[in-house]
Amino acid sequence: MAINKESTSFTFGFAIVLVSVLGLILATLSEGLKERTKDNIKIKKQLDILSAMIDIEKEGITRDNAEDEFPNYINLEDAIILNHKGELKKTDESLEAFDVDIKKENRDKTLSNEDKNYPLFIAKGKKVDKTKYIIPVVGKGLWGPIWGYICLKEDMNTILGVSFDHKTETPGLGAEINKAFFMDRWKDSKIMDEQGAFVKYEVVKDNSGAIKGDSKIDGITGGTITSKGVEEMVNRSLKIYSNYFRNLNSK
Amino acid sequence: MSADNNTSEPLFSKKNKMLITDPLTDNNPVTIQVLGICSALAITVQVSQAIVMSLSVLFVIIMGNLIVSLLRNLIPSRIRIIVQLLVVASLVIIVDQVLAAFLPDLSAKLSVFVGLIITNCIIMGRLEAFAMANKPWPSILDGLGNGLGYGAILILVAVFRELFGSGTLMGIPIFGNSLPGEESGLYTIGYQNNNLMILPPMALIITGVIIWVQRARNKALIEEH
Repeated sequence: MAINKESTSFTFGFAIVLVSVLGLILATLSEGLKERTKDNIKIKKQLDILSAMIDIEKEGITRDNAEDEFPNYINLEDAIILNHKGELKKTDESLEAFDVDIKKENRDKTLSNEDKNYPLFIAKGKKVDKTKYIIPVVGKGLWGPIWGYICLKEDMNTILGVSFDHKTETPGLGAEINKAFFMDRWKDSKIMDEQGAFVKYEVVKDNSGAIKGDSKIDGITGGTITSKGVEEMVNRSLKIYSNYFRNLNSK
Repeated sequence: MSADNNTSEPLFSKKNKMLITDPLTDNNPVTIQVLGICSALAITVQVSQAIVMSLSVLFVIIMGNLIVSLLRNLIPSRIRIIVQLLVVASLVIIVDQVLAAFLPDLSAKLSVFVGLIITNCIIMGRLEAFAMANKPWPSILDGLGNGLGYGAILILVAVFRELFGSGTLMGIPIFGNSLPGEESGLYTIGYQNNNLMILPPMALIITGVIIWVQRARNKALIEEH
């Protein structure tokens, strides 16, 4: 061979060419798929929000028609952003509640509590008979982030349904938080007592959560840390939002 | 595994066929070479995940073998491991991005495991041991064989773990409903899912049992010390 492929200059040249070619391929691919991926994420968020309120399978809402169906339930112009005390937050006009990335904000250690945004989606579209309220929540599981949406009924107090999801919880154990049997346990419980005080949720191990509609929820066997993560996530968020609903109710 | 014979060799010569069948049986990357055990622990709780992981690894190992084999006469030996790593990492990112764009639900399910393909020793092992010294076509077959051999063990382990750990296969209940209060099938007579099956140690034990069975049937595989 004419070139000495073990020479330093060839080694450098080879490395530079290879990295440039691979970099170019990956950058093109990423750029080319960006819109699609962004749409997918948006649609997934819409499905997650809706599934806290309704049975999306029964309503026939899939990835394909989510974008058309979503406005029938939720008009994003009704959505509001609260601050950490549960008051309406003065935000940039351009910041939409739907675009608030609470996962990122929750992770961001430099962001003070005052600066965090707490979006609230209000469902009063034509397919919703009485106004529902949907609260996004985010927290930590055993291995990675967990998140979800909690839908309150028109009384701004009773949980209509929840949808939880996770990134990397243990399959068969912590990962079960996104299964119907676990999410159903939250239904019909109230986030405030008769005096309007926030009621803390408790994830328990002793089967005392079997009674539906109270604030004790049966955890997942073998998924204790994830279950506790859900408990912390729900309590931290609902406490903030309950302030808003209490003020709204007392007016 | 001598390389670069004359070019008139048929595409599926006996030697080439061995490249596919060997890793499936007597030279299995998981049970004989004991590589790729980490992912055998991580994603064998559910069969469906194991299948997708196997397919992703299959794609990466075939493409990686092909690319490295094409470049084998150009790669400077001092940086060959880094070059192999770059090729594998790029392929994995491609798989990850394509899954996220076209199969978003699956992509969410696999999450970090796709990224973990990079660390799968089988892939780096085949690139270094085979593709660096062989022509593209045998390299593709070698990738196919090793990918299938890996996938077969992964799925076999996953079948045991999902069946006895969750009572399901591919998410379909086999033994009846295990939910407290709504038991049906076997669960009504006191059958319980074995939670140990879901935990990582059980993957090691099952893999160990497979290794034991394989070596008990083929004494030639037993190493002498």
